[in-house]
Amino acid sequence: MTNVVTTDGNPVDSYLRVDRMPHIWCAGCGIGAAVGCFIRAIARAGLNPDKIALVSGIGCSGRAAGYVRVDSFHTTHGRALPFATGLKMGNPELNVVVFSGDGDLAAIGGNHLIHSARRNIDMTVICINNFNYGMTGGQLGPTTPLEARSSTSPYGNFDPPFNLPHVVAACGATYVARWTVMHLRQLERSIAEALVKPGFSFIEVITPCPTLYARMNKLGQGVDVLHSYQQRCIVQNGADPREVEIGLSGPIVVGKFVDMSRPTFGDHYQKILHKAQKKR
Amino acid sequence: MSTTEDGILQGEFFVTGDEACAEGAIAAGCRFFAGYPITPATEIAETMSRRLPEVGGVYIQMEDELASMNAVLGASWAGVKAMTSTSGPGFSLMMENFGLGVMLETPCVVVNIQRAGPSTGLPTLVGQGDMMQARWGSHGQYEVIALVPSSPQEIFDLTITAFNLSEKYRIPVLVLSDEVVGHMSEKVVMRRAGPEELVARRRPTKPPGQYWPYEPDGDLVPPMAIAGEGYRFHVTGLTHDERGYPAMTAAAQDRLVRRLVDKIRVNRNDIIQLDEMGTEDAEVVVCAYGITSRVARRAVQQARHQGIRAGLLRLITVWPFPEERIRGLAAQAKAFVVPEINYGQMVFEVERCAGGRAKTVLVPHMGGGVHHPQSILQAIREAVQ
Repeated sequence: MTNVVTTDGNPVDSYLRVDRMPHIWCAGCGIGAAVGCFIRAIARAGLNPDKIALVSGIGCSGRAAGYVRVDSFHTTHGRALPFATGLKMGNPELNVVVFSGDGDLAAIGGNHLIHSARRNIDMTVICINNFNYGMTGGQLGPTTPLEARSSTSPYGNFDPPFNLPHVVAACGATYVARWTVMHLRQLERSIAEALVKPGFSFIEVITPCPTLYARMNKLGQGVDVLHSYQQRCIVQNGADPREVEIGLSGPIVVGKFVDMSRPTFGDHYQKILHKAQKKR
Repeated sequence: MSTTEDGILQGEFFVTGDEACAEGAIAAGCRFFAGYPITPATEIAETMSRRLPEVGGVYIQMEDELASMNAVLGASWAGVKAMTSTSGPGFSLMMENFGLGVMLETPCVVVNIQRAGPSTGLPTLVGQGDMMQARWGSHGQYEVIALVPSSPQEIFDLTITAFNLSEKYRIPVLVLSDEVVGHMSEKVVMRRAGPEELVARRRPTKPPGQYWPYEPDGDLVPPMAIAGEGYRFHVTGLTHDERGYPAMTAAAQDRLVRRLVDKIRVNRNDIIQLDEMGTEDAEVVVCAYGITSRVARRAVQQARHQGIRAGLLRLITVWPFPEERIRGLAAQAKAFVVPEINYGQMVFEVERCAGGRAKTVLVPHMGGGVHHPQSILQAIREAVQ
C-alpha cells in the first residue's frame, strides 16, 4: 500500500494542536522548524507521546508548549527548568522536555540552568538562540554578540555574551550539542538521541529572527540568514565547548560537543531512599 | 509514641511547631518537598529531608525560593501532594510563582513562618507583617486561602486541612504561622489521617479528547488531569479559556478571573474556621490570630475578672476574611480590639467589616517579641469607657 500525503494534513499533525494554528511566529523565524525537528524526533526515538511532558517559559520560543499535543506547561519567565524538575521527580516515568529561548533559560533563568545541569536532572532542554528578545521587540539578551545592534544596544552591544555550550558543559550536562535550523536532519537526530539519553541534555538551536535581530543588524531576510549559516557553520563533533563562541560574524561551530555519562539526580536519590528505608 | 509500619507517626510527641508542620504534611500524604533554607522555617525543611525518604517521598533543596515554588507546582502536576516552606524574604521570592499556582489552579501548600521585616529584618524573631502580602503579594486579582495556627498541635492539624483545601479547590493554600509557634515546643498528638479525612483532587470524568483542563464543575472547580495519563492537556499562565488555550480578550479575562475569585468566595463558609471565647455577650471583641491570640486570651480572661464583658474571636482562617462574622459582632459589640505583630494590617479588614457600627482599635507590636497581655487589657479597658 502506498502512503498518500494529502494537502489536508501533515504527517506530524497528530503531534500538533492543529486547532491552535496558525502559530504566532513570524515568516522566516526558525522556531517552527525546531518544533518540527522535536516532534519528528519523538517518533524517531519511538517514544510514547503520552509520557512526554513539555515545559516552556516565556518568550517566542516559550510558545512551543502551546502547539505540541503532549501534556504541556507554559510557565513563568525563566522558571521552566525548576517546574520541569518537579515534574520529573514527582513522576520519574515522564520524559520531560524543556523548550524555551536563550533569554528565558540563560538570563532570568540562568541560575536554574546551571543548577539543573549540576544536578544532572534527567531531562532534555531545547534552547532556541536567536540572539535577542523577540517577544518584547528585539532587546539585547545574554547571548547577543558584542557589537550587535538591538533595541537596547543602539550603539552596538557592549555586554559580553554567554557561550551556552560551555556554560552547561562546565556545570555537568552529560549531552551538549548545537545546530542551526538549517541542519534539520542533524538537529532531529540529536534531539532523538537526547530524548533517550539519561541525564541533563542541552541542545542549542541557532535560529534566525528576521523581524528584529536580522533587521537591526542588516542580515537580510530569514532565508538570507540561513544562507549565512551555510557559509559560517563548521561541523565539528567533539569540539571543545570553550572554543565555540559565536560572534556577530565569523564561524559558528556546530555539532555534538559532549556525550558522557554520570549518575543522574534520580539515580542518587534512589540510593538515598534505599538507605533511609533500611534505617527505618 | 510510635511509628506505624509505613513510617507515619502516631501518638504523643514533644516537638516544635516547625517539626509538627512537617509531620502534619506527611500525615496528609505530602510526598514532595522543595525548599531553600531560611530562618525560622529551616527546621521544616530539615525534618522533611529526614522524613520524606523514610516514607518514599522526594526532598529537594533548590537553588532559591523561585525554584522551590516552581518545583512544587511541577510535582503537583505529576500527581504528588507537594509543599514548600519559607519565611519573609523567601516568601517575597515565591510570590511570582504563587501566582502561577493560582492561575494554573495547582493544589499545593506553602508555609510561611513569619519573622519581622521589612527586608532581612529580624531573622530569628517573630513578626506578623506578611498578612497582606499573603493576600495581595502576587500581581493581579485573585483570592487565597490562608490558615493561621497558634500552637504546634494546631500547625499539625491545619497543615492537613491546608492540603485538603488545596486539593478540593485546586489552589495553593498558605499556612501563615510565625516564629514563636514555629520554634516553641509543646505536646502534639499525631495521628494517621484516615482516607475519610483526606480530600483528593477531583479527577477527570471525561476521556482524553473530550476533557478540558479548565471546564469547571458546579462549584466552579475543574477536575484535574495529571501529566502522563494520556490527556495531552495544555496549561498556561496566560489568560486562557476552558481548553487551557491562551485567550487574549477582555471577555476571556472576565470569565476566568471571575471564576478564580468566585470559587473561593462562594465556598467561603466551607473554608472559614473561627474559634470564639466569650463572644456571645461581649461588648469588646478582641480579634487576634496566631501567637498573638494566645496572649489575647489571657487579656480577655483578665478583663472578664475585672467585670468587662470581653470576648475573643480567634481567626484560624484569615483569608478569605470572615466578613459575615465580623459584621454580626459589630452589631452587638461596642468595639473591636485588634492586637497584631505589625503596625496595622488585619485591623483594616476588621474596620472595613465593622463599617462604623463598632469602633476598631489597633494594638500594634513592631515585631521581635509578642505583646504583653497588659497592653491588650489596657486597650480593652479604654474601649469600654
